[in-house]
Amino acid sequence: MSASTVAFAPPGPGTPSQAHDPYRLGRGSGSEDESTGHGAGGPSPKSIVVGFGFWIFILADIITFSTLFAAYGVLKDATAGGPTGAELFDRGSAALETTCLLLSSVACGLAMVALRMRSRFWFQFAMLATAVLGASFLSLEAREFAGLVSQGAGPGRSAFLSAFFTLVGCHGVHVTIGLLWLLTMMAQVAAKGFRADIVRRTTCWSLFWHALDIVWVGVFTVVYLMGLSA
Amino acid sequence: MEGADVWSSVRTYLIGLALAAMLTAGSFWISSTGVIYGPGVPVALIVFALAQIGVHLVFFLHLTTAPDNVNNAMALAFGVLVVVLLIGGTLWIMMHMNANMMPMGAAHGPHMHGGHP
Amino acid sequence: MLGKLSLAAIPLDQPIPLAAGALVGVVLLCILGWIVLAGHLPYVWREWITSVDHKRIGIMYVIFALVMLLRGFTDAMMMRSQQALAFDAPGYLPPEHYNQIFSAHGTIMIFFVAMPFMIGLMNFVLPLQLGVRDVAFPTLNSVSFWLTCTGALLVNMSLVIGEFQRTGWLPYPPLSEITYSPGVGVDYWLWALSISGVGTLMTGVNFVTTILKMRAPGMSYLRMPMFCWTALATNLLIVAAFPILTAVSAMLILDRYLGFQFFTDTAGGNSMLFMSLIWAWGHPEVYILILPAFGIFSEVVSTFSGKPLFGYRSMVLATMAICMLAFMVWLHHFFTMGAGADVNGVFGIMSMVIAVPTGVKIFNWLFTMYGGSVRMSAAMLWSIGFMLTFVIGGMTGVLLAIPPVDFVMHNSTFLVAHFHNVIIGGVLFGAFAGYTYWFPKAFGFRLHEGWGKAAFWCWQIGFWLAFGPLYVTGLDGMTRRLQHYDVAEWRPWLLVALLGAITILAGIACQVVQLVVSIRHRDALRDMTGDPWDGRSLEWSTASPPPTFNFAVLPDVHGEEPYWSVKERARGQHTLPAAPHYEAIEVPHNSPTGFVCAFFATLIGFAMIWHIWWMAITGLVGAYATFVVFAWRDRTEDEIPAARVAEIDAANRRARNEALREMEYAS
Repeated sequence: MSASTVAFAPPGPGTPSQAHDPYRLGRGSGSEDESTGHGAGGPSPKSIVVGFGFWIFILADIITFSTLFAAYGVLKDATAGGPTGAELFDRGSAALETTCLLLSSVACGLAMVALRMRSRFWFQFAMLATAVLGASFLSLEAREFAGLVSQGAGPGRSAFLSAFFTLVGCHGVHVTIGLLWLLTMMAQVAAKGFRADIVRRTTCWSLFWHALDIVWVGVFTVVYLMGLSA
Repeated sequence: MEGADVWSSVRTYLIGLALAAMLTAGSFWISSTGVIYGPGVPVALIVFALAQIGVHLVFFLHLTTAPDNVNNAMALAFGVLVVVLLIGGTLWIMMHMNANMMPMGAAHGPHMHGGHP
Repeated sequence: MLGKLSLAAIPLDQPIPLAAGALVGVVLLCILGWIVLAGHLPYVWREWITSVDHKRIGIMYVIFALVMLLRGFTDAMMMRSQQALAFDAPGYLPPEHYNQIFSAHGTIMIFFVAMPFMIGLMNFVLPLQLGVRDVAFPTLNSVSFWLTCTGALLVNMSLVIGEFQRTGWLPYPPLSEITYSPGVGVDYWLWALSISGVGTLMTGVNFVTTILKMRAPGMSYLRMPMFCWTALATNLLIVAAFPILTAVSAMLILDRYLGFQFFTDTAGGNSMLFMSLIWAWGHPEVYILILPAFGIFSEVVSTFSGKPLFGYRSMVLATMAICMLAFMVWLHHFFTMGAGADVNGVFGIMSMVIAVPTGVKIFNWLFTMYGGSVRMSAAMLWSIGFMLTFVIGGMTGVLLAIPPVDFVMHNSTFLVAHFHNVIIGGVLFGAFAGYTYWFPKAFGFRLHEGWGKAAFWCWQIGFWLAFGPLYVTGLDGMTRRLQHYDVAEWRPWLLVALLGAITILAGIACQVVQLVVSIRHRDALRDMTGDPWDGRSLEWSTASPPPTFNFAVLPDVHGEEPYWSVKERARGQHTLPAAPHYEAIEVPHNSPTGFVCAFFATLIGFAMIWHIWWMAITGLVGAYATFVVFAWRDRTEDEIPAARVAEIDAANRRARNEALREMEYAS
């Protein structure tokens, strides 16, 4: 198994052997590379089905964000005489948040490597690192929001600020959910080990976490950097 | 999983990290210095962002064009089409709407008019 | 403690909703009481409420849609009778109540009738046609269904607790903002639709994955039945469009609850942004509804003409073209907003372009019938009725796609007639065709044909009586949603429209009678072989009703019409293929997750509507706990031993052998 197929690849060891019905729900004939869902070998193995399903969900989530981006694009100049992005945003704080999230994405990737090694220690260690970096990101964001509200630049001040708080806040809510999910998966691996369904679920979580970093690339570019250079 | 496999997986993430960090730093740098002609900055920023999204997709999400990944790539293409239509369409419609229908000086701040086509 | 909720929320001064709510409550209590007293509760809980079987969930979706159709139709009858009475008179419905009725009618008919009907049919049919055991995510499927129920429950609750929105079926700001709609009506809509919208999105994810990743061996893309293709396009549209609805609803929620300024038209807010975004969801939604219907007609027309579908590949292409174009036409819902000639021109042309693939489909169905031996069954009647009705509805749509025409016609009853023409004549007729066609597969006996045909004629004639006049009054300048009017020329037309609504009522009565008669005479209508219509796709190759595992052995697909070729071979060789080697089958274990999750979602929705924050937090914690409990379970599948599988399949093979012998004896 090459490294380039981690996210969508079926889990290696730990998968229960298929003793019966070769085409039982969501499992292939055992030979994993034949059943990729192109009609030849019947239904794909469950790990591929789950990975693909979650990929579709992520696309839906990206479209949620793109709606918020569209609203932000329309309303970004509707400051109603209030403060503009250039006056409010802090480049240093945005850079720090970006760093936290990028490093957490890498830590998340390393956790997935540990998952495939079936190494409990390194898995929990990398997950914890991801959690700490994610929590730092959230606290930086919370500090930024509190600062804005305290100088009278809350979401009710202008449509621009409404759009800003919603877009960035929606990303923050996603990170919060991701953190909750992360801790749940740490607990589940601790309690039950690398069971096939837990491995699948953790892989989905990693897709979610990486996707949030992709959304953040859009956020820091469109909101912070373009806002500051406008 | 063998030791060599582990290292090649880790290396993928490290290459991704290096590329993403470079692109991020580039974005922050061109937006804070006057090295690029002013109106060109947003374009450069978007190019950097798209490149970085590509890096994330390849090195972190491991999107490939392998046979078992065709459906994923097709779904992504459909998603990108919808995103482009949604954002582009909305901006286009609302820009024309504002140009045609906004009473001068009403509702929006005065700097709003700079954006009219 | 209870937020905005107090006894004053119960509209004691409005007898009509109160009586209606009381009636529904009594009926529900009676059914519940009967279930408990007759000892059916364990059965209902075990076999239906906690079921993750796609067939059971599909059936529950359809029953749900039929019940909600009665609610939505009651609203329609009230509107028609009000307009018949309210010439130079106030009628019997006060304006604030009338406004709630037309808002509820649209919301219910789109979200809780048309959508669940189509999703129910897809649920039931897709895995059977694809030749697999279940959908990709069975438990998620159950969650989707129960979240849809939560949405409907909240909307119906608004009858007796508080009020429903008065803004039309979509909460257009600034009217829907807290300044102009301070009541809870808009909140009911927002939370009901946000919660059921999550369910719909999950369904979309589930079905896209099912179709793309779970097909019987040998079933390549171009061997999938047409219904699977239209379902794929539909669910891709759900996945791409429903997030937009969720996001727009969230923005309006933020405006109303936390003083944000998205659509307020003050402090830079822009209500036109709402129009643009809501229709970026709303137009794909139209195709989400009609595409499955197109699939159903393809199946029905092909089966009852005894021919393969004409132009299968062009049909696939047309379906996928509609899937793409659906995202390029949304501005035609607000041509008059003032985006200007350039923008209107582009979207007007795109709206006409999207009619082309639809035209391709119509010709394909006609050519499928051409030269075939057409059997005029009830399902076929619905299909032919659809073709005639829908073409006219489509053409009035092309008319409205011309921006200058739209400037004259927009907001008139001409528009009302147009979209009822495509939704009743297209979506609903399709749903009824599918209901008639797949009913024997679901229950093992056919629906009574005579009553079905009577229902069809009542609906078909009633539709034209009800909406033909609205085209005329629309051209005559009558705007939609009028509570009373004083133009004498409209009166006769509106009386005819009422007559049409009454005729449709007769059609619904026929359908109720049909169901009762069919159940009582089920032995005479029994489908022994599992193939009552001489079908062509895989769902007819298994028993009616299908066993839990659908197929004893997954079929091997060798062509476009897999089951037809199997039958041809059996007829040629005068025998069924030899009994296969049976193996034990694992089916997903039932789970109450969906039901429990929807319970907490209802709690969240209700609490948010009435600002009962502690209850909302309880709901959130409960929903999270439900997922954790689900994730922690150790048993995910039940095993059906090989001997049992063989036994179940043997019964079906016996019936099929007999049918084969009878056929040979006859010929």
